[in-house]
Amino acid sequence: MSETLEKPAPKAALSIVGSRPVRPDGADKVTGRAAYGADFNMPGQLVGRVLRSPHAHARIVSIDASKARALPGVKAVITAADFPDLASEELEGGEAAANLRDLSLNVMARGKALYHGHAVAAVAAVSTEIAEAALERIKVTYEVLPHVIDVEAAMSPDAPVLHDHLFTEGLEARPDRPSNIAKKHRFARGDLAEGFAAADVVVEGRYTTKATHQGYIEPHACVAAWGEDGRCDVWSSSQGHFMVRTFCARLLGLDISDVRVTPAEIGGGFGGKTTVYLEPLALALSRASGRPVKMVMSREEVFRATGPTSGGIVRVRLGAKSDGTIVAADVELTYQAGAFPGSPVGAGAMTALACYDIPNFSIVGWDVVTNTPKVAAYRAPGAPISAFGVESAVDELALKLGMDPIALREKNAVKDGTKASYGPTFQNIGYLDTLAAIRESEHWKTPLGPNQGRGVAVGFWFNVGGESTAAVHIGEDGSAAVVTGNPDIGGSRASMAMMAAETLGLPIDKVRPMIADTSSIGYSMLTGGSRVTFATGMAVVQAAEKVTGELCARAAKLWDVPRDQVAWEGGKAVCLDAAKDRAPLSLEALAAQSARTGGPISGQATINAQGAGPGFGVHLCDVEVDPETGQVSVVRYTAAQDVGKAIHPSYVEGQVQGGVAQGVGWALNEEYIFDGEGRMENAGFLDYRMPVASDLPMLDAILVETAPNPRHPFGAKGVGEVPIVPPLAAVANAVRGAIGVRMPDLPISPPKVLAALDAKGG
Amino acid sequence: MSKIHVTTTVNGDPVEFLASPGATLMDALRDDLNLTGTKEGCGSGDCGACSVIVDGRVVCSCLMLAPEAEGRRIETVEGLAQGGHLHPLQQKFLEHAALQCGFCTPGLLMASKALLDANPDPTETEARYWLAGNLCRCTGYDKIIRAVLDAAAELRQERAA
Repeated sequence: MSETLEKPAPKAALSIVGSRPVRPDGADKVTGRAAYGADFNMPGQLVGRVLRSPHAHARIVSIDASKARALPGVKAVITAADFPDLASEELEGGEAAANLRDLSLNVMARGKALYHGHAVAAVAAVSTEIAEAALERIKVTYEVLPHVIDVEAAMSPDAPVLHDHLFTEGLEARPDRPSNIAKKHRFARGDLAEGFAAADVVVEGRYTTKATHQGYIEPHACVAAWGEDGRCDVWSSSQGHFMVRTFCARLLGLDISDVRVTPAEIGGGFGGKTTVYLEPLALALSRASGRPVKMVMSREEVFRATGPTSGGIVRVRLGAKSDGTIVAADVELTYQAGAFPGSPVGAGAMTALACYDIPNFSIVGWDVVTNTPKVAAYRAPGAPISAFGVESAVDELALKLGMDPIALREKNAVKDGTKASYGPTFQNIGYLDTLAAIRESEHWKTPLGPNQGRGVAVGFWFNVGGESTAAVHIGEDGSAAVVTGNPDIGGSRASMAMMAAETLGLPIDKVRPMIADTSSIGYSMLTGGSRVTFATGMAVVQAAEKVTGELCARAAKLWDVPRDQVAWEGGKAVCLDAAKDRAPLSLEALAAQSARTGGPISGQATINAQGAGPGFGVHLCDVEVDPETGQVSVVRYTAAQDVGKAIHPSYVEGQVQGGVAQGVGWALNEEYIFDGEGRMENAGFLDYRMPVASDLPMLDAILVETAPNPRHPFGAKGVGEVPIVPPLAAVANAVRGAIGVRMPDLPISPPKVLAALDAKGG
Repeated sequence: MSKIHVTTTVNGDPVEFLASPGATLMDALRDDLNLTGTKEGCGSGDCGACSVIVDGRVVCSCLMLAPEAEGRRIETVEGLAQGGHLHPLQQKFLEHAALQCGFCTPGLLMASKALLDANPDPTETEARYWLAGNLCRCTGYDKIIRAVLDAAAELRQERAA
């Protein structure tokens, strides 16, 4: 079961925030009514399909689509020639800054195909069968080039170069020739040599992770319709329909006002739906054919052509005094970016040591392009990889010092007032309480069985705020519509409705949350960065406060008292002037009279929220290793997290449990496997093995609420990303405990465990 | 190739449709009958999002050809709620917050219904193995398993009453 640790209620008692109502979109989602990306159709729509490169790296010499165009039922064929050739330009709107040229080249290859599965052409036809037959009739002449998948091989001076225009950024001198190393990140503090000289104990290791996919169950899907007047509509499943609008407009050279994007329900994203793949192609096909075009990826296409996250190499050296004080840390990160620059190595570097107060450190990160799909954000992008290395090394340090792993982390923990390794000074963090929650848990005190081991690991994520719009409209019966622009990926309608209901003093079932299209609500950054409950939630609360302010003004008018003599308390306007003897007016009563007091009652708020409040997680994992097969089973798992304040605790626990499950898959099973030609060999759910129900135990979540976020009206911090940061090392440290051998290379698959046991002579 | 005329029963209603010989039951449900609650996650029988019940057995509708539906009794998520009332499984999924994005939910509900039809009192381990063919990437399965076991208890109580 899950539990909550909290201090006594900080302010006025809450009636809805912190409770566990049924989510407002629940009935739609258990009855099949909810419409996801592939569930929408338009009259006269065509089927769009993509022709993808069969080579990992090849020059496109020519494309002859004449035979495809001649096939009856084929209405359009497009290639890169149907898109503007865009210059390099930083583009805001996604999870991280994107490059417009790279985005364009990723959506449709121009000149070169850079990975197996890279789109080179697309067709629209009256049926799936004809569209697929048309793909076979497109003749592409390739000049196959040497390719490179491995990140270290890609850095070597004689590696095949992906981009002739790519010169390493961040070096002291501009290099004289292009390479696959896009950027060097570095930051440091203190004097590393002095730090290591003062250390009594030093540990050193090299840790590796493989590329893993976000693994959302819903493949990418959209319908696009280009109007004869140049105005177009897109219906698609994404983490941000405003992102889809911006990206499509820029890729096709359209005005923002010409593109309306309506969000479908989204069947999982985890960062992977923070960019576009199909939408610009469907729009171009619709423009060329004059008909709406529907496109849905197959699972194989999702694996081959949408962003996984980086495979990475983490080198860590830690130096500590014999009492456990860590005095020096040297971390080098090398991340695979895929076909275009932009791995999450920067965030990996910033988070690597964020849980520790270390006087001397150096962190270097390398962003390296390879002939693999361009990586996309994946839940706390970059952080799980660096944390795997650092937390494995800290575990080694604890072993070498003979110290309890929680005590070692407590001794070096950041706290309020500590200057974070990545710059700012921490305030209102609950990290020590989160460590204590695990130390005091029943799980920590329970002895292990035979062949079992226990691992501890910690993790950090910044969480972000950003731009959001929200509107609250009061119906004539006193109910409320809450409108935002953020796709609900994991229950955010519930938290929006709850915060609005709490502010308005309405029961939750009188509040209906809606997610509006890009022409019906103001701009909102995408659903990502653990920002929606924090930032969009703040906009909702501010919009609701505008409504209660207006309701007070209406009551003042009816009572003929000054506005400042009316307050909103418990869902009612209350007259503060006792001499007036006015009975409080409910929202329902005020709404019924709104026509007489000034018209409809609505409030809208727009914000650029700051101060999301960083999050810390402490995870405890027990595994059992089968000495015959090398199979590792997670038998018990407890995750504690500094969440500020849980608006809907069930969905916060769900975020923690889901992050843990993904992290366990990353640790034990999941990896992109490539053949000698650079083709992914396991592009399906049978061979890309994500955790299933029988792989996991119950996952206990402890929500630590001792450090509410002062920037948020109810104290919420972002929660969605932190939980995937610690599990890789928590599992690996538990395996170390079970078999006595450090497993530095993920995934910790049965053959690797057997080999380690054999080498040990067990 | 000419299409095949199929007559079958879906959620108790007689239905007819024309199926291409290569079309799957999932295609027929989604495209011909507009029952889009059945989801496609992989098209290869690995994710379970398209799970439906055919003559009492849970099947991946993406692995069954549409013409094979002839004369069968098919249950989909759209038929789970009866007379405007949610099935106990649907209610317990909501109460336990056993869904986040909700995309795997229809398949999990149908697989869970087949489980409870066959085994009214499953252990946690039995439920986990029965549902091992239904991938969920959001929840880590914890709340799903709790919801299924709780729904089983409620159904047992209903039957005993």
